[in-house]
Amino acid sequence: MSRLHVVSGKGGTGKTTVAAALALALAAEGKRALLVEVEGRQGIAQLFETEALPYEERKIAVAPGGGEVYALAIDAERALLDYLHMFYKLGSAGRALKKLGAIDFATTIAPGLRDVLLTGKACEAVRRKDRTGRFTYDYVVMDAPPTGRLTRFLNVNDEVAGLARIGPIHNQAQAVMRVLKSPETAVHFVTLLEEMPVQETADGIAELRAAGLPVGGVVINMVRPEILDEAAVEAAANGRRTDVVHALAHALERTTPGGARRTGLAEQLVDPLLEQAREHTERLALEHQERAEVARFGLPTYELRLLGDGVDLAGLYRMARELRKQFSERSEQGVSA
Amino acid sequence: MTLDPAVEPLDMDPILDNPRTRIVVCCGSGGVGKTTTAAALGVRAAERGRKVVVLTIDPARRLAQSMGIDELDNVPRRVPGIDGSAGGELHAMMLDMKRTFDEIVEAHADKERARAILENPFYQSLSAGFAGTQEYMAMEKLGQLRARDEWDLIVVDTPPSRSALDFLDAPNRLGSFLDGKFIKVLMAPAKIGGRAGMKFLGVGMSVMSGPLNKLMGAQLLRDVQTFVAAMDTMFGGFRTRADATYRLLQAPGTAFLVVAAPERDALREAAYFVERLAAERMPLAGLVLNRVHGSGADRLTAERALAAAEALTSGTSEYTENLDGSGIVDRGSGQAGSRTADDPGIVTPTDTSSPESGFPQPASSGATTSDVTAESVETSARLAAGLLRLHAERMRVLAREQRTRDRFTALHPEVPVAEVAALPSDVHDLAGLRAIGDRLAVRTGGRAEETDGREEEVGATTPEPRMSPSA
Repeated sequence: MSRLHVVSGKGGTGKTTVAAALALALAAEGKRALLVEVEGRQGIAQLFETEALPYEERKIAVAPGGGEVYALAIDAERALLDYLHMFYKLGSAGRALKKLGAIDFATTIAPGLRDVLLTGKACEAVRRKDRTGRFTYDYVVMDAPPTGRLTRFLNVNDEVAGLARIGPIHNQAQAVMRVLKSPETAVHFVTLLEEMPVQETADGIAELRAAGLPVGGVVINMVRPEILDEAAVEAAANGRRTDVVHALAHALERTTPGGARRTGLAEQLVDPLLEQAREHTERLALEHQERAEVARFGLPTYELRLLGDGVDLAGLYRMARELRKQFSERSEQGVSA
Repeated sequence: MTLDPAVEPLDMDPILDNPRTRIVVCCGSGGVGKTTTAAALGVRAAERGRKVVVLTIDPARRLAQSMGIDELDNVPRRVPGIDGSAGGELHAMMLDMKRTFDEIVEAHADKERARAILENPFYQSLSAGFAGTQEYMAMEKLGQLRARDEWDLIVVDTPPSRSALDFLDAPNRLGSFLDGKFIKVLMAPAKIGGRAGMKFLGVGMSVMSGPLNKLMGAQLLRDVQTFVAAMDTMFGGFRTRADATYRLLQAPGTAFLVVAAPERDALREAAYFVERLAAERMPLAGLVLNRVHGSGADRLTAERALAAAEALTSGTSEYTENLDGSGIVDRGSGQAGSRTADDPGIVTPTDTSSPESGFPQPASSGATTSDVTAESVETSARLAAGLLRLHAERMRVLAREQRTRDRFTALHPEVPVAEVAALPSDVHDLAGLRAIGDRLAVRTGGRAEETDGREEEVGATTPEPRMSPSA
């Protein structure tokens, strides 16, 4: 199984949430996972209801079965200074560079350098070992930029390696690229069962493949529960309307203190309720269509249910359990994730 | 669902109709429907008689899809199918970042120098779009469109940045880099063998040239230096234009629209943006909240709907008991819930569902009359329970959206808000864009109030409360 899991998806599909749930799922049963953020949004801190993450790996959650999830918000400027310090012993020169605006230049303007620093830091965490020779982290999960910018973000090392044809930047970029293109890495896409996110996922998969980057699986997020189908809604709206009103009135009477007759209320409610049910079935029909589209990608696919109340910590753990269950179902079927 | 009456509804019509409005900027985090909002406003303004161009930056070509144009390039193209009876037109274009950058180079450098720049490997990477280039080029293009003065309204969709604020920051960042000391250090060696640079920076340079060489590699450093030297004469122009565009955004003819979905992250970004716009004295017209859920039955709470659904499914036999009096089911009295599957008169819930779909199905025709009746009651109960469960789901979504929105309005009660209902499917035709445009105007937004049509200050953050004389 891959050790670096890169999670992307169209904006609004919940990729940060899925990345966090994936880290929790992977960390279960005594494993250690590092969840990294590269876009400076502090989304992970919000999700785990902790204060803003510093540029430092710190434990933010305990996974089921005694696993641990660490988190790191990678900051390009700090990563560069660290890097200068570590490899070149450029402590004071690093500060001078900063004063000059060179660090600013490197981390915000210079093409691709920022991205090399971010992916470089994640790859360093993947390869890091402790004194006993064990990997420090069993898994690293990256909350990556959205699909539209993903290939450029990951492939930037190739770009930079081409731009800096020799020298330390070149070497660093090459080393990072070796990790990203190896089977150690899997890039996953989060999508909703809607046309545009599915289309962007298709585009993203094609781009990654063209760039020789390893595609992992697809996580379908916010799947609606299928409560009624079209035939049922039509039955309720037409032949059975009177009976349904009757049942509604009964149920409302049963659950109202005082138990007054509720036929009038049921009559008023039935049309808006049927309207909602029609929207529901229309939505389901679209979801079926998009699900078929996702199936055509031929990738391992996981589904996470919509959490009506929004994602809180409890919801996050529920998602992690759900992912874990689906992983083990897949491996029982003998399919590698 | 209706808004808190204390929150001013956003009405785009007076803003779109006002000839003094020249630029509308749609900003917000990714995936909230910025592009669709920009396109809908373009369609509405054009059909209300203005000559509009919509500038989109998103490389996913979503606008192209939603406007029925197959290809958008760096040139505005007329959108077909717009009702021009009010004298308006709609044009649309998609930003080609590299093309825009190349055009600037070609326009501001002589032929030979332009070629040197365009062929420089560092330039080629920079212009292909890395951190900030897209945002900078969007500003540049906006400035160009405005300078051409061919359209009386420009609607801008901002780049899908990691943060909505990048759009405002990138040009300044590039500007401060271009004015900074670092560029002088880079340029110094390329000029007179580095001696001037050394002198200028004194001891600093000797500390610098070593690490820079070491870090970047001699060849990359040379590429950057060559690039910087070639661009030297153009830097002033970049800075001047970036500043001019920034001022344009602060002008009264500009209206910012913050676009969000009723979700925690999107509204948090929206709040940052509102604060930032205020700090920069940029005119905010309001917040567009996309994909808001509503319910025609919102009197019935989620809890009550769920309880009622429970009463129908767990106590089905009880329900059929109650119908005894009405003669629907011929049955003696019994304890509530005492019947089970071994009672031949009642079909258990699992039996009424087809195993494939898991949905309740109409009663089968082969059953006896009394079975059909019992099944029929059972099926109706399950259908009603399904409707109630769906409603409970919907109400939970409504409540969550209300909470996140309340947090925003508590922070920024002065910001007018327009809500666009969640649609079951994606918008990708003009009819869909028109429907969204309707939601962005008070007059057609399905609210009872009407405006008096009086001209308003463009982009005022606190429009006057609207009275409603007869229309």
